[in-house]
Amino acid sequence: MSAPAVLAPPGTHHVSSQVTGHGAGGPAPKRIIVGYGFWIFLLSDVIMFSSFFAAYAVLFKNTAGGPVAQQLFDLRNTAIETACLLASTFTCAMAGLAVGERNQKWTQIALLATGLLGVAFISLELREFASLVARGAGPTRSAFLSSFFTLVGCHGAHVTVGLLWLGTMMAQFYAKGFTQNIRHRFLCFSLFWHALDIIWVAIFSLVYLVGTLPQELLP
Amino acid sequence: MSTNHDFDAGSNVGEDRAAGDAVEERTLGQEFRSYVLGLALAVGLTAASFWVRGTGLVYGPSLSVALLVLAVAQMGIHLIFFLHITTDPDNTNNVLALAFGVLIVCLIVFGSLWVMQHLNHNMVSPDELMRMQR
Repeated sequence: MSAPAVLAPPGTHHVSSQVTGHGAGGPAPKRIIVGYGFWIFLLSDVIMFSSFFAAYAVLFKNTAGGPVAQQLFDLRNTAIETACLLASTFTCAMAGLAVGERNQKWTQIALLATGLLGVAFISLELREFASLVARGAGPTRSAFLSSFFTLVGCHGAHVTVGLLWLGTMMAQFYAKGFTQNIRHRFLCFSLFWHALDIIWVAIFSLVYLVGTLPQELLP
Repeated sequence: MSTNHDFDAGSNVGEDRAAGDAVEERTLGQEFRSYVLGLALAVGLTAASFWVRGTGLVYGPSLSVALLVLAVAQMGIHLIFFLHITTDPDNTNNVLALAFGVLIVCLIVFGSLWVMQHLNHNMVSPDELMRMQR
């Protein structure tokens, strides 16, 4: 047990080349740090969604004499939305493989497919929202509908932001090629897109499938 | 020690992995097959959820629990096949962060339901309040 040759004072360890974060290997590569940081962000995003889920569960029965979930939701529409998002997760993974192979054509094709499926999802969701509002079941009708629009709308907003991000990724790959920084950004984008699908699994299962069970079967 | 070695997943054996990184030492074909398997499992679980909801074969009061279990299973499939969260030693950071996230999510969701249920149970209804004031 010999003392280290140089003892870095607290708070200045980044100056010393001796002190490392990972055994003797030096600081982790940037890709690891970027991915880990984005993973932490995604988990915080999931925690935000969990409070919306909690609000929805708590307010589910507070319909203020208005329409209840069983009268409002169309499960066929939900099934198509789910299929779109699931397919887009797969094409996003395919884009990841194409990026790994530095294949411009297939990267662009897979990302375009991902984007089109995302647009299909968003249009179906907007159509559903519009139909709810037209039937007098807008977010101002009851606490139940407020929590529904907040939860599902927040997911929809995430998908919309994801689509904008997807467009910039396509442009970056096209204009600048597969540089290291752009591949790091793509890693973050694909994590974001897959995480959105995980949130949607919770939404379609709990909000739509459990939510429309007959009253006497609800927990 | 250079930090320029972060170009390919395959050149980093023994290093940590970022969430979403493909599992190392796999060919393109193997990775493709793994994604197809993940998609097939996810589609299967989704179809099972909708089927269980529609069929009359499942005992009614257990439906909500069955749907919850199917949802959790599908989230696990997504984490493993698409986000590449594994039990490998080089994935420990990601798994620990995930475990902490799950803890907080459970505290928020079940804690809110628990507290609000008791609150509803103990709350005096407006009619009762009026009677008490008389």
